[in-house]
Amino acid sequence: MEARRKERIDRPVKAQTDGIYALASMRNVMYLLAPRLFPALALIVVPALLPTLYLKRIICIACVYALLTLGFDFLLSTVGLVCLGGALFFGCGMYAAGALNYYYGLPPVVTIPLGTLLGALISTALLIPCLRLRGIYFAMVSLAYPLMIHRIIEATLILGGTDGLLGLDGLPNVWVELYLVIGVTLIALFGLRRLYHTDFGMVLRAIKDNDQAVRASGINITLYKAIATFIAALLGSFAGAYVAHLYMWAGPSGWALDYSIFPIAAAVVGGMGTLSGAVVGSFILAPLSEMLRAFASLRIVFYSSALIVFIMLWREGLMNWLERKYHQIERWVKV
Amino acid sequence: MSEEVLLKVVDLSKSFGGVKAVDKVSFELRRGEVLGIIGPNGSGKTTLVNMITGFVKPTSGKVYYRGKDITGWPPHKVANLGIARTFQTPRPFLRLSAYKNLVVPLYSPRARRIAAAGGFGDRETVAMDLMEDVGYERDSSVPYKPAAALPHGYLKRLELARCLALRPEIIITDELLSGLTVAEASTIAPLVEKLNMEGITFIMVEHRLRELFRLAHRVIVLEQGKKIAEGPPEKILEDERVKKAYMGAEVI
Repeated sequence: MEARRKERIDRPVKAQTDGIYALASMRNVMYLLAPRLFPALALIVVPALLPTLYLKRIICIACVYALLTLGFDFLLSTVGLVCLGGALFFGCGMYAAGALNYYYGLPPVVTIPLGTLLGALISTALLIPCLRLRGIYFAMVSLAYPLMIHRIIEATLILGGTDGLLGLDGLPNVWVELYLVIGVTLIALFGLRRLYHTDFGMVLRAIKDNDQAVRASGINITLYKAIATFIAALLGSFAGAYVAHLYMWAGPSGWALDYSIFPIAAAVVGGMGTLSGAVVGSFILAPLSEMLRAFASLRIVFYSSALIVFIMLWREGLMNWLERKYHQIERWVKV
Repeated sequence: MSEEVLLKVVDLSKSFGGVKAVDKVSFELRRGEVLGIIGPNGSGKTTLVNMITGFVKPTSGKVYYRGKDITGWPPHKVANLGIARTFQTPRPFLRLSAYKNLVVPLYSPRARRIAAAGGFGDRETVAMDLMEDVGYERDSSVPYKPAAALPHGYLKRLELARCLALRPEIIITDELLSGLTVAEASTIAPLVEKLNMEGITFIMVEHRLRELFRLAHRVIVLEQGKKIAEGPPEKILEDERVKKAYMGAEVI
């Protein structure tokens, strides 16, 4: 039998759509636009067509998880921090918005942006002393914070104790609930992708590649890691602040391990480092996990299994695979 | 060469556990000179560089830059003073294309301040100018390639360009010429000479003595963390202790 190997080469259209030639033909324009525009349109149109409130709520929750996963993927693929602080961001945002509404009677239109900002500031401030830690150590600290805060709230009965802050104001109607979070998710996704290619984004990515050379280049990496963490925290805290008003409740389950573990699973399933994979992965895993609601605590088993299966068998993840198929052709060649 | 002392190192020491990696090393660096630092493996050359540039905190001793005590400053602050350094093994930002590697130092406070005052153009243009300065051809595809795809010699040039992006007063090179072929080294050495003529002061930690001794105005010899000799290259060559430190080997 003759030896052969698989060859991967870029499609000609990929080179054609580099730079100004992207505008040369409608085909080129569509090659670039289609994979961005259609998924975004689908995310805007499809939820409106869903018949029941329950299904619409699932979309809301999927977006909430997508925001947390975007933060996780962003931090990992730019500055290289493995941040398991999803629950920290989420909980801080949820309690910040909840407290502003509960104690000061501010309306959601104020508490959601203010809660997002406040939650992100608090969680970033908590993480700043740990930014010098690398790899697994930062992951452990970020994982431990929400567990600790949860117990403190339960023990000291501050912020409503085990009951949480009940009877918060809801959002006006289901359309606001739906499109507020969808809008923010899309802005976050395309905003972060844009950020990757700015000079600021280059500096962030360089930190993951070689932090020593970045320091020798006169860049204060702790500052830049803190800014990146703050960006991820903004996304997570918005998710928390939004959910506080969606469920009209800010309670201890906001610190649940799910919010830290889910993003890892969703990022791996969707394809690490792509950002779009964070959203796609969340939209696959969140509805599936919703179906397992009856088995409440088994849900974390489900994320973990998805994580293990994908890491063992298909580490590339969905979007990395799709992107490769879209840009390249594969064929067998003789060697 | 002027008489102005740019950098003054006084009794700088570093112990790792019980081992004295650098033991009370003192020297002065004058503006415009090329100072060579040589010594056998493990003699403390890289640790000395790491202490000056802030990557390692000294156990004792002082570093002064233009009379200001900068001992123990973090690396990014030292770099922003205009003290740039290269690394022994070039570690570029692999995911960025070669010239985009320079966006990182160009984003530093020092480079931005100088760019704002000088009006050199946007960061990408300046990056390309710097690539040209270290011998990349502007019109070729090489600067646009991902850094991961570049050969060793080009990476060494990129390291120099990364230093130049800081518009440095001093460049400290750590084995810049190591691992290069004679042909590659013979193109990079003149580059150092050219930059020195343009006013940049150099400290060169080097194993390639033949090339170094042609460039350096003064050489310091380290052995087991101690400074055992200092002087112009021709004096160093005749120093008995230096010959012994290199185990009597014929080095030139």
